[in-house]
Amino acid sequence: MKFLPLLWAQLFRRKARTVLTLLSILVAFLLFGLLQAVQIAFESGADAADARRLLTTARYSIIEPLPLGYRSRIERVPGVVAVANADWFGAKYQNESNAFPVFAVDPGRYLDMYPEFTIAPAHREAFVTTRTGAVAGQRLADRYGWRVGQKLPIASEIHAKTDGSLSWEFDLVGIFDAEDPTVRGNTDMVLINVAHFDEARQLGRGTTGWYIVRIADSEQGKAISADIDRQFMNSPDETKTQPEKEFAIGFARQIGDVGALVTRILLAVFFTILILTGNTMAQAVRERVPELAILKTLGFSDRAVTLLVLGEALLLLVLGGAAGMAAAVSLMPMLNGATGGRFPPLFVAGETWLLAAGVALVLALVIGLPPALRVHRLRIVDALAGHR
Amino acid sequence: MSALVEIRGVTKTYRRGGEAIEVLHGVDLDIPRGDFVALMGPSGSGKTTLLNLIGGLDTPTAGSITVDGERIDQLSSGELSRWRAANVGFVFQFYNLLPVLSAQRNVELPLLLTRLGAAERRRHAEIALTLVGLRDRARHKPRELSGGQEQRVAIARAIVSDPTLLVCDEPTGDLDRATAREIMRLLQMLNHDHGKTIVMVTHDPKAAEFARRALYLDKGTLAASSGGAGGP
Repeated sequence: MKFLPLLWAQLFRRKARTVLTLLSILVAFLLFGLLQAVQIAFESGADAADARRLLTTARYSIIEPLPLGYRSRIERVPGVVAVANADWFGAKYQNESNAFPVFAVDPGRYLDMYPEFTIAPAHREAFVTTRTGAVAGQRLADRYGWRVGQKLPIASEIHAKTDGSLSWEFDLVGIFDAEDPTVRGNTDMVLINVAHFDEARQLGRGTTGWYIVRIADSEQGKAISADIDRQFMNSPDETKTQPEKEFAIGFARQIGDVGALVTRILLAVFFTILILTGNTMAQAVRERVPELAILKTLGFSDRAVTLLVLGEALLLLVLGGAAGMAAAVSLMPMLNGATGGRFPPLFVAGETWLLAAGVALVLALVIGLPPALRVHRLRIVDALAGHR
Repeated sequence: MSALVEIRGVTKTYRRGGEAIEVLHGVDLDIPRGDFVALMGPSGSGKTTLLNLIGGLDTPTAGSITVDGERIDQLSSGELSRWRAANVGFVFQFYNLLPVLSAQRNVELPLLLTRLGAAERRRHAEIALTLVGLRDRARHKPRELSGGQEQRVAIARAIVSDPTLLVCDEPTGDLDRATAREIMRLLQMLNHDHGKTIVMVTHDPKAAEFARRALYLDKGTLAASSGGAGGP
């Protein structure tokens, strides 16, 4: 700590240059914070996945329905603890742009399957017992100002009622939420009671979109998946069962491999910073060779002077990096507001801060090491010769 | 006076473009404790090389250098750094202060290598600055000081850790006559009143008059010595 004033003074020797360098580092880490938040949001489905949950869909396409009768057969597969089913309803509210996911589910089974969703007991009870009932995620309810007890008029994208109309109406009987921010990103949806839905729809009665299967031992996931699929092999409705996480990753990658994209962008950004800051740092040290020789003259060892140069690089990266990450954090509320809740919540996770610290440390070493080694090798008499 | 510095058969050879240039040829020299020696001679005679060897900034090619009983020619680079920090103060022609630090912080620099706390370091620096008459300029940066004041700060930095030996390379070379006399009086005071042993390289006979004796180097060999006036 006693060297900090010296490091600080050396760093701000040329204020304009240092401020510009700091700004470039700030922008790099701002991008890092934002893109990491986007990546985490995209992967939130996979992150929130439970290793003891499997998903059984039609073998060739998720949009192909499966018979509702499969439920009891899946329940009999050894290792299976519980089974729930869900069907894609799809919905628009008020106008075309207000689209969000709606799933037709068996209320009790579904909510038991996802204990990470929090719902008041009274709301849960109302959902189980109300055939026209629906529950909505807290963020979605907040976005549209929904209140429990109101009617929820929504238009399905694919399911018509027996009268041919795509307009449906449900009773909003509850709100659910999640404490984990990663899971909360998956609560932007409405759940409706499959009993009413299946009875009132024009086509596809007695079928469901997919099954969610809880197993006793996550280690047995692959084996149980194979057992389930074997049950329906060579039938008109063959199945494909896989761990929930694999399903979520595959689903997210239908949009694109966001992780790889983010990594490539950040590599380009940090490589640019490496070149820019490395050049600035090398120049700054080159200008100060006689001063560093004086420090050695006064008794600073080769190691001490080397560490001073590395410390200066680290201070530069820590200052710029912390400012960039703080800027990313401060922008989150604005970005979350701008997306209107249509995107999972963006936030700078603790692991992102740790990763940023690691990146800053590595960059500081790579940037600081060449000039530091040069200073380490510096001979006092040579450095002072032109200065005496 | 006992010898603080004992130099025996010191040779220094530099290599320039594959050619070996011997700058010092078997120099023998004793500098007693409390002495004030002016090293004089023409350019290229080896004065600064000898001063660098005495100050532990460089090592001899052959021969031995003993300072206060320690063979500094046998120390490793790290040991030599520690030795310099504890035993030698340096004063240069162009002051060599760090421009980004105040006078106070410049003087405190050698103390960063000690176990002293911030308050103690500050107190020591204030004492050193008071001794050179610049306590009221403690917060000024070097560019806000005159040449003479900068050299006083450099002298304060040289004495702040209370070294036995002061090594001065042309300390008045960049100063006008009047200021040079002030600086020399200051060095003389440190020698007379505080017992510092001073070895000073100078081209200036007027500056050399402040030393107790002058040594003349010519072509890498000690040519002659004369007793200084000990101060005009």
